[in-house]
Amino acid sequence: MLSSYAFRKFKNKLFFFLCLICVVIAVVPLLSILFEVISRGASQLNLQFLTANALQGGIGPAIQGTLIMIGLTSLFGIPVGILSGVYLSEFGNNKYASGIRLVNNVLTQFPSIVIGITAFSLIVIYVTGSYSPLAGAVALSFILIPIVARTTEESLKLVPNSIREASLALGVHKWRTTLSVILPAAGSGLVTGTLIAVARIAGETAPLLFTILGNSFFFQGFNQPMDALPIRIFFDSRQPSAEIQAQAWGAALVLILIVLALNIGVRVASRGRFSR
Amino acid sequence: MTKKITGDSIFKVVIAIIAASALVIFIANAYILTTGSSIVFSRFGLSFLSNTNWNPVEGRESFGVLPYVLGTLVTSGIALLIGVPLSLGIAIFLAEMSPRGVRVPLSYLVELLAAVPSVIYGLWGLFVLRFWMQDYIEIPLNKYLGWIPLFSGTPFGLDIFTAGVILSIMIIPTVASVSREVISAVPNSIREGAYSIGATKWEVIRHWVLSYGRSGIFGAIILGLGRAVGETMAVTMVIGNAIGPNAMPTSFFRPGQTLPSLIANGFIESPTPIEKSAYVGAALVLLLISIIINVLAYFMVTRVLKVKGGAVE
Amino acid sequence: MNNNAKIQSIELNAWFGSKQVLKDINLSVKANAVTAIIGPSGCGKSTYIRTLNRMHELVPNAKMSGKVLLDSQDIYASDVDPVIIRRRVGMVFQKPNPFPTMSIYDNVAAGIRLTGAKKGKNLDEIVERSLEQATLWDEVKEDLKKPGTSISGGQQQRLCIARAIALQPEVILMDEPCSALDPIATAKIERLVVELKSNYTVVIVTHNMQQASRVSDFTAFFYLGALVEFGETNDIFESPKNQLTEKYITGEFG
Repeated sequence: MLSSYAFRKFKNKLFFFLCLICVVIAVVPLLSILFEVISRGASQLNLQFLTANALQGGIGPAIQGTLIMIGLTSLFGIPVGILSGVYLSEFGNNKYASGIRLVNNVLTQFPSIVIGITAFSLIVIYVTGSYSPLAGAVALSFILIPIVARTTEESLKLVPNSIREASLALGVHKWRTTLSVILPAAGSGLVTGTLIAVARIAGETAPLLFTILGNSFFFQGFNQPMDALPIRIFFDSRQPSAEIQAQAWGAALVLILIVLALNIGVRVASRGRFSR
Repeated sequence: MTKKITGDSIFKVVIAIIAASALVIFIANAYILTTGSSIVFSRFGLSFLSNTNWNPVEGRESFGVLPYVLGTLVTSGIALLIGVPLSLGIAIFLAEMSPRGVRVPLSYLVELLAAVPSVIYGLWGLFVLRFWMQDYIEIPLNKYLGWIPLFSGTPFGLDIFTAGVILSIMIIPTVASVSREVISAVPNSIREGAYSIGATKWEVIRHWVLSYGRSGIFGAIILGLGRAVGETMAVTMVIGNAIGPNAMPTSFFRPGQTLPSLIANGFIESPTPIEKSAYVGAALVLLLISIIINVLAYFMVTRVLKVKGGAVE
Repeated sequence: MNNNAKIQSIELNAWFGSKQVLKDINLSVKANAVTAIIGPSGCGKSTYIRTLNRMHELVPNAKMSGKVLLDSQDIYASDVDPVIIRRRVGMVFQKPNPFPTMSIYDNVAAGIRLTGAKKGKNLDEIVERSLEQATLWDEVKEDLKKPGTSISGGQQQRLCIARAIALQPEVILMDEPCSALDPIATAKIERLVVELKSNYTVVIVTHNMQQASRVSDFTAFFYLGALVEFGETNDIFESPKNQLTEKYITGEFG
C-alpha cells in the first residue's frame, strides 16, 4: 500500500505524462492532415493541373478564383476594417463606439454559413441578379472586417500614450498623428492581425457556396459564377470518380500552401519588431 | 484656427461612419434572415422548431429543424467531451510543465491546427479519419456495446460520432490557447504560497492554479462550444447528410445532420420559395443559438467575476 | 560545522542565469532563536532565504552550489525531495498571499490536507491552535468560513503565518513580512516573531534595522551577495567589527 507521500509523488508524475499525452494526441491529426495532403496532392501538381480548367482536369480557375477573392475582399475589407479599428481605439470613448465594439464582437462569432445566406439574398438576388464574385467578396468582407477591426484596435491600444502626446505637443493634427505616427508604430501588430484574417478568409468555403457557386472555367465577369479552391475541394470530394477526388487533394495542397505562406508571413512580420 | 478643427473633425466623422460598417453588417444579416424566413414561420409558426419532417413536395409541405438542432447539440457535446480535457491538458502542459526548449515549437504546432481550413479537415475526415473511425472505434464499439441504443446501427464512418470527433480536434486551438492565457495570468504569489506549504507541482496546479482561473477556463470552454456550433464544412463532409425524421440523432453511428450542414447541403438546390425560406429559417435558428451561447458565456464569466471580487484576469 | 545550528549554509553560491547573486555564504542559524538578515537592496538577502527552503530553484534559470544542512542533513542531496523540505522549513512572504479561492479555515488547513488529513475534530484543533499561535484566533474565530482575502493586510499576514505554522515546521523563514503593513500591524507581527522562537527557529529578512535590533538575537549583514558580518544582534549594532557594517548601520549608505 503506497504511503500518502509516495502516492502524491506518483500522481505528480502521472499527470505530467497525461498532459504530455494530450499534446501528442492533438498533434497527431495535424501531422496526419499535412502528411495526407502532401502525399496525395503532390502527385497531382504539374503545370497542366495548375493552369488548365476543370474540363481539362485542372484547377486553374480555382486558383485564379481564390486569388481574385483574396484581392477583392482585401481591397475593400482591409481599409474598412483598419479604419474602424482606428476609430474604436483613438476616438472610441463614447457610447456609440462601445456599441460598435459589442456588435463587432458578436459578428466575429457569426457562423459563416449564415453570412453566406445573407450575401446571397443581398447581392445575388437584389444587386447582380446572378451568382457573382462581388457577392463572394461581400460575404468574405463581412467576415474580414470585424476581425481586422478588432485586431487593429488591440494593436493600436498597445502603442504607448507618450507617443501620441509627443506628436500632438509638436502641433501635429490628430488625424495626421494617427495616420503617420501611430499606425506605423503599431506596424507589425497590424500586419499580423491583417494577414491572419486574410489567411482565414482564403480558406472559407461556406460563404462562397451560395455566392460564387463554382465554375469549371476561368473568370467570366462579375455577373457569372466563379470557382475558388475551397469550393473546388468541396465539390470534387463528392464526386464518385477517384480521378476527380485526387484533384481535390491537389487543390487542397495548393490551398494549404497559400494559407501556410500567409501564416509564415505573419511570423516573419512579428519577428521583425520584437522577439519573444 | 478653423482649418485645424475642420481637418480633425472631418477625419473623425469619416471614420466614425466607416466604423458603422459593423452595424450595417449586423443589420443586413438580421433583416435578411428574418424576412427570408418569414414565409416558413408565418406558415408553420413555432412548430418549425419541433417538427422533424422536411418535405418539400407541393401540397404536403412540412418543415422542421428539431433533428438538426439536436444534431448540432449532440455533435458539439461530443466535441466538448473529447476536446476540453485534451485542451486543458495541453494548456497545463504548455503553461506549467513543459521544458523551455519544446514550449515554443509545441505551441506553434497547436496553433497550426487553427490555420487549417475547415474544408481540408473535411477532406481528411472523409477519406482518412472516416475509415480509421470505422475500423478501430465504431465497429468494435458496435460489436460489444451495440445493445446500447447509442451504439446501435451499422457503422460506416460517416455519422454523428465522426463529426463530433472532427469538431473536437477543431476546437482544441481555441480552448487550449485561451485556457493557457488564463493559467499564465494566475499570479505567481499564489503558486509560491502553495509551494511553501509543501505542495507538489501537480497539487499546485490542481488545487490552486486551476481554481483561481476557473471562470476564465469556463469562458474558454464556452468559446469552444460557440466554435463547434457554427462549424460547417468539416461537419458537412463527414456527417452523412441525413434528412427529415431519419436525421434524429438516436445513435452515434447513424448519419445525421447539423443546422450548418443542412444549409450547406440543401440550400442551393432548393427550388421552391417555401423550402428556401425553411433553410433561411434554419439559419436564423442557428444564429440565435450561437448568440445565446455567447451571451450566456458573457454573463457567466461576469457573474463569477463579481463573486470572486476581482480575482480573475 | 556548528552543532547548535538548526540550519546552516556551507559555501553557498547562487546564480540567476550567468549573474551570481550569492558568494560563498557560510552561515549557521541557531535553533530556537531569531536571526535577522539585513543589508541594502539587491544584496541577496531574499535569495539567500529562498535557498534555505529550496524555493530558489523554482525560478527559471536559477542555479546554486554548496550545501544547506538542516540538522546536519544536506537538503540539496540528490535523494532529497524539496516537497519534504518545504514542510520542515516554512515561509512567509513580503506581500501577504493568503489563497483567495479558500476560506480562512481552509487556508490554514491547506498544508495538512495535502497529506491526507480529513475534516474532523483533529483538523479543527490544528486550525485553532495555529491561529492562536499566530495571535489571530480571537479576531477571526467567528468568521472562519470567510475568504482568506476578506481580512485586513495585517490579519492576512498573520493568517499566512498560521498557515505556515499549521505544518509544525522546524524553521520559519520570513521575507520582509512587515514591509507591506502599517505600523500597528507591524508591531503585532514583531511581537509575534519574538513569541514564535520558543517553538521554532526564525530567520527574518528585513530592510528595517530598528526592527532587526528589536526582534532578533543574531544578525547577519549581507552586501553585494556576500556575508560581511554575523554575530549577536547587540554586538552588531553597538560594536560592529567590519567597517562596511558600521557604515550601513550608521546610515551612510543603503
